[in-house]
Amino acid sequence: MLERAFSGSDKYYRWMTALLVLMGLGFATYLYQYNQGLTITGMSRDVSWGFYIAQFTFLVGVAASAVMVVLPYYLHNVKVFGRITILGEFLAVAAVTMCLLFIVVDLGKPMRLLNVIIYPTPNSILFWDMIVLNGYLFLNILVGWNVLESERKGVHYPDWVKPLIYTSIPWAVSIHTVTAFLYAGLPGRHYWLTAIMAARFLASAFASGPALLILLAFILRRNTKFDPGRQAIDNLSQIVTYAMLISVFFVGLEFFTAFYSQIPGHMHALQYLFFGLEGHGKLIPFMWTFAILAVVALVLLINPKTRKDDKTLQIACVCVFVSMWLEKGLGLVVAGFIPNPLEQVREYAPTVPELMISLGIWATGFFVLSVLYKMAISVKEEAAS
Amino acid sequence: METSRRSFLKAGGLCTLGLASLPAADALAQAALPKVMANPTALVGKKWGMVIDMKKCWEKGKEGCKDCVNACHVTHNVPDIGNVKEEIKWIWQDEYEHAFPGQATHYNEEFIHGKKFILLCNHCTNPPCVRVCPTKATFKRKEDGIVMMDFHRCIGCRFCMAGCPYASRSFNFKEPRPFIKTELNQTFPTRERGVVEKCSFCEERLAKGQIPACVEACKPGALVFGDLEDPKSEVRKLLASHYTIQRKLELGTGPNIFYIV
Amino acid sequence: MKIYNGDKIIPGLIIFLGLITLPLWYNMGKAAPAPEPKLDTPVIQRLAEKQCVLPKGEMRTGHMQLLNDWRTEVVRNGKRVYVSKTGKEFNMSLQNECIRCHSNKSQFCDSCHNYAGLPASTTPYCWTCHIAPKENK
Repeated sequence: MLERAFSGSDKYYRWMTALLVLMGLGFATYLYQYNQGLTITGMSRDVSWGFYIAQFTFLVGVAASAVMVVLPYYLHNVKVFGRITILGEFLAVAAVTMCLLFIVVDLGKPMRLLNVIIYPTPNSILFWDMIVLNGYLFLNILVGWNVLESERKGVHYPDWVKPLIYTSIPWAVSIHTVTAFLYAGLPGRHYWLTAIMAARFLASAFASGPALLILLAFILRRNTKFDPGRQAIDNLSQIVTYAMLISVFFVGLEFFTAFYSQIPGHMHALQYLFFGLEGHGKLIPFMWTFAILAVVALVLLINPKTRKDDKTLQIACVCVFVSMWLEKGLGLVVAGFIPNPLEQVREYAPTVPELMISLGIWATGFFVLSVLYKMAISVKEEAAS
Repeated sequence: METSRRSFLKAGGLCTLGLASLPAADALAQAALPKVMANPTALVGKKWGMVIDMKKCWEKGKEGCKDCVNACHVTHNVPDIGNVKEEIKWIWQDEYEHAFPGQATHYNEEFIHGKKFILLCNHCTNPPCVRVCPTKATFKRKEDGIVMMDFHRCIGCRFCMAGCPYASRSFNFKEPRPFIKTELNQTFPTRERGVVEKCSFCEERLAKGQIPACVEACKPGALVFGDLEDPKSEVRKLLASHYTIQRKLELGTGPNIFYIV
Repeated sequence: MKIYNGDKIIPGLIIFLGLITLPLWYNMGKAAPAPEPKLDTPVIQRLAEKQCVLPKGEMRTGHMQLLNDWRTEVVRNGKRVYVSKTGKEFNMSLQNECIRCHSNKSQFCDSCHNYAGLPASTTPYCWTCHIAPKENK
């Protein structure tokens, strides 16, 4: 089936070439980092995790969101999602690939990464993260590929795929819970030490992932003969609405606990992010952009007229995706380290090489996504005719 | 024998798996080393800890004294990176409100305003860094409680740095050797870029019967090192006769560095 | 038998075979003499009994594993004294014990490692951390 990704329209070739160029640039920059060390990034002794891990954290959420279409369709027979479960599963594959790449480029000694397997350490959450991420990747590739291939052959998928599908549902929740546990169990980082960390992660995942899925569905509808169906888009947009509401509510909960208790440790990180701390405030514009975009998104999503209108829905989805990316992909990780355990404010900003490598990895993810989607769409177009 | 291509491939896969299991079994089979033992002159303790008498340091120490810091960094070939962003420090000095954030208020600070504290890895009894390390590259030694670094195994994920509530750990963002400004200690290795490092309670010196370098270097004798489980040790005597404070006790890490103020 | 696309497959196969056998023919005619690691350091010459940790044959094939095991015992278990089969005691340290006798790294360690084509900066990368002896050339 993969050969269907090698042929397409001119637009498709131009898109793939552009992605390959970005991937090449990112890889070349990575070689520079491999040669010089992580000194070329903006990370420091105080902010020891930065842009790479932030992207990984955000993308785990996007990957987990596949469950938002798989669960209703397979567990509750919501037939409208039938055509887009494959899109969700393949989006998960692309997202998890990006996650794994972001982890590898962040390592100080990537050539030793197999140590995590050779010396398994069950008390370390990173060990479990490695297991669940790779397991989820494997599950989605297996399920997606087999379901698609069965569709191509015009038969029902083999029986052994069903238990894998059922497994992928709690597994999706687990990948994001485990990633949240990376943060929520560290005694020295007050911004992360909240019981609702995993809940926040899941809520923002279920907002940003389906939002991206909606945007991708519209892109596919504009450029191919594939149409996910009005009903599917409607249902997805409802999911995004509720998830976004819950996400924003959760952020509000954090604000309440911090500022009503007036405990300095709880307040400092939020103060740094939104108002500045000790004269430092590099992230303030980003965080207020998140806030504004979140409000705009909610206004457009809650109002049924704008939610059902294609143009405003797409604007809302972009707002959801970008605002969640700002909050989770930028604010969350960096603010956990600021102020540092000695109550000093030492800021972080990614460097150009760091951004270049990240762009290369995003391009890789979109490349994988495009290959898989092209394959899926071609199969579905053939099956339809 | 009639066989389909499919069954042939299945059988071939199984055979390859079987062949591959031999080196795996070999690797798992423990080759017994003839005999290894601890150095007989080593200092032995069940739970190493330190009592730092800050009063002695302030009253008897010279102004701007950095003897403990320099002794440690010279002994262990710690580089001087030269900027706050990537500095590597195993032991360092910082002010009260940074050493004990949450304890310093406007009025109680007047007593120790501007006075420095000696900060290092606390070799916690319940270390979060050990809990999070995915490869056990940092681990707590059962015999003596030292939280050790295995530089050969560290993958540089820096999870331990996120986990440490005391900012005791440093990462080698670049090759450290060009930045070692002091004379190399030929008996101790340097580190490579990409690994995390921190105070090791001078375990290589303890193995030779020597006390930690910082303790030895302190002229007023403000740093006292000893076995917290030995009721006759000097650290226990100091703890019985002085009030001490510790960093971030509420986090449950069980630090083993005590400060007499 | 007709080979479809034969005009692309046959040249492709030839190129592939050429590339895959590269290590075998690349150094043809450039045979270097077998390495002879030199044991004539001042410290070794002064030794009454010239005995290493293990016999020469075992050291040659097993020094990598030995050093790895020593590292595990020293760093992870805190044991620093190795008692060899002959009853002699050694301090388990590359930098402080092995090099004490074999201080001529370039004529000892490097002579075999260079011959085997192991680039000094990656394999084995002992010396980026462990301090190489200052050799008097």
